[in-house]
Amino acid sequence: MKISREDVEYVAALARLELTEQETQEYTEQLNSILDYAAMLERLDTSDVVPTAHAVPLHNVLREDQVRPSINHDKALRNAPDGEEGFFRVPKIV
Amino acid sequence: MATGDIEKSVSELHELLAHKDISSTELTQTYIDRIHNLEPDLQAYLMVLEDQALAQAAEVDRKIAQGGVLSSLEGIPMAMKDNMCTEGVRTSCGSKMLVNFIPPYNATVTNRLQAAGTILLGKLNMDEFAMGSSTENSYFAKTRNPWDLEYVPGGSSGGAAVAVAADEAGFSLGSDTGGSIRQPAAFCGVVGMKPTYGAVSRYGLIAYASSLDQIGPLTKNVRDNALVMNAIAGHDPLDSTSVPFEKPDYTKFLVNDIKGLKIGIPREYYGEGIDPEVAKGIQSGIQTLIDLGAEVSECSLPHTEYAIPAYYLIATAEASSNLARYDGVRYGYRAESEDVLGMFKSTRSEGFGPEVKRRIMLGTYALSSGYYDAYYLKAQKVRTLIKQDFDRAFEKFDVLLSPTAPTPAFKFGEKSANPLAMYLSDITTVPINLAGIPAISIPAGFVKGLPIGMQLMGKPFAEGMLYRVAYTFEQNTNYHTLKPSMSREVLARGSR
Repeated sequence: MKISREDVEYVAALARLELTEQETQEYTEQLNSILDYAAMLERLDTSDVVPTAHAVPLHNVLREDQVRPSINHDKALRNAPDGEEGFFRVPKIV
Repeated sequence: MATGDIEKSVSELHELLAHKDISSTELTQTYIDRIHNLEPDLQAYLMVLEDQALAQAAEVDRKIAQGGVLSSLEGIPMAMKDNMCTEGVRTSCGSKMLVNFIPPYNATVTNRLQAAGTILLGKLNMDEFAMGSSTENSYFAKTRNPWDLEYVPGGSSGGAAVAVAADEAGFSLGSDTGGSIRQPAAFCGVVGMKPTYGAVSRYGLIAYASSLDQIGPLTKNVRDNALVMNAIAGHDPLDSTSVPFEKPDYTKFLVNDIKGLKIGIPREYYGEGIDPEVAKGIQSGIQTLIDLGAEVSECSLPHTEYAIPAYYLIATAEASSNLARYDGVRYGYRAESEDVLGMFKSTRSEGFGPEVKRRIMLGTYALSSGYYDAYYLKAQKVRTLIKQDFDRAFEKFDVLLSPTAPTPAFKFGEKSANPLAMYLSDITTVPINLAGIPAISIPAGFVKGLPIGMQLMGKPFAEGMLYRVAYTFEQNTNYHTLKPSMSREVLARGSR
């Protein structure tokens, strides 16, 4: 077993997910079986291989810093689950 | 409008419109009626935009009445997978998380299809956040395969494939991160193109795995596919990964001639897990191409078996990062809670379905401290090896050919209990996304009454070459003209 129950709980906390008892159990099993399968990658010697982040890489995609119209305040807030006076409202943070 | 017109291709419908044999309003109404007839069985659509579509059609008809010349897609009713933003029209990505999300802007493809004069019939069902191979992961509905309602349509663009296969739309747009256009196209017997990474703008496409995602057309035939590519491809300054390239007229490649073209058959795509009947069907397709003058020989893409683990590590890592934005603050679902951390957690736990959570978990793990090198970085290095396999093969071949999927469509529930088994069925499609190359799936026969697809892979930006081979194959076979029997029955019902 590569991943323990505790690992799964730790990763869930990182991902801001709250798992039920059943989900924790299921994901522990499933992530183990997926990572066991992924272990085949260890068979390949990649010490001299450069990683590929993008198949068609573009470098330094720049543009002029021009002022252009953008989505207005009202439109940007229209999908907010809770908005007030032009702000997003969230529960107490501190 | 005559019964049977609805089965016509985009280019045939264009002729009817241009010659005033039908109006765009009539055509659109016919599609809407058909959607109402079929949807109780198929459930391809998440939303049908009846009034908006008819208003758009009326506008095209005004132009026709004034003697305006129609461009090739003008007045043609189509539909889009529900992960492409449509201003003012709910875009759910198949998720409870975005059940109320009304985009304040259009995706670039939405704008381009609008500028081309197409009629948007509605938004199509999909696996939640495009994660899945059967559309069973949709929060909303189970889309059924029109060839047999007991079977899945494939995924994640299941709705997009079904809408075209059952003539509920003239064409559709899907997105493909690991096969999500090609595999459902194969399962439903339509043509599906995954363009070169960077050929079609991703601006306004809700992200799953940004280095792999690409939008492409699903159509009834190869010509239609080239026509839609003409409308949607090309550089977009709003997508920094969009490649500035000289966009050709893709219809120029539609010639019935493949004499002397070199086609490679990668032997690794015929490994364990491939249905012998599928292999036989593709073999007969290969024979057709040989008879038409192609030079076919076997080749090797030696790192193919590593593509599945590399893909699932890279895709889930990118997904875990992309989906971090769903926190209940700015848009989307929110669960109430006393404190902000509790709000994030409840929102995400209630808003995401099981497959999305599984992939976020896997991706978060692959990126977490101490495992980054072993999983994510390793996978990116293997990605280089997979890309190099293709580079080498394309030194010798114009096109590579394989089955699109190892099997025909499977039954509901058959694979959903075992995620790894579901992932393994993507072996013929994910290497293409890792390499960023274009690939098309075209109808290539039937196994036990279900369609199978032939996949053609090309060099970066060689979509034209794929269209040429696909078109030649299509001109010399009749698979693409066959229709699911259920749609015939409903047609008969409708004409009474």
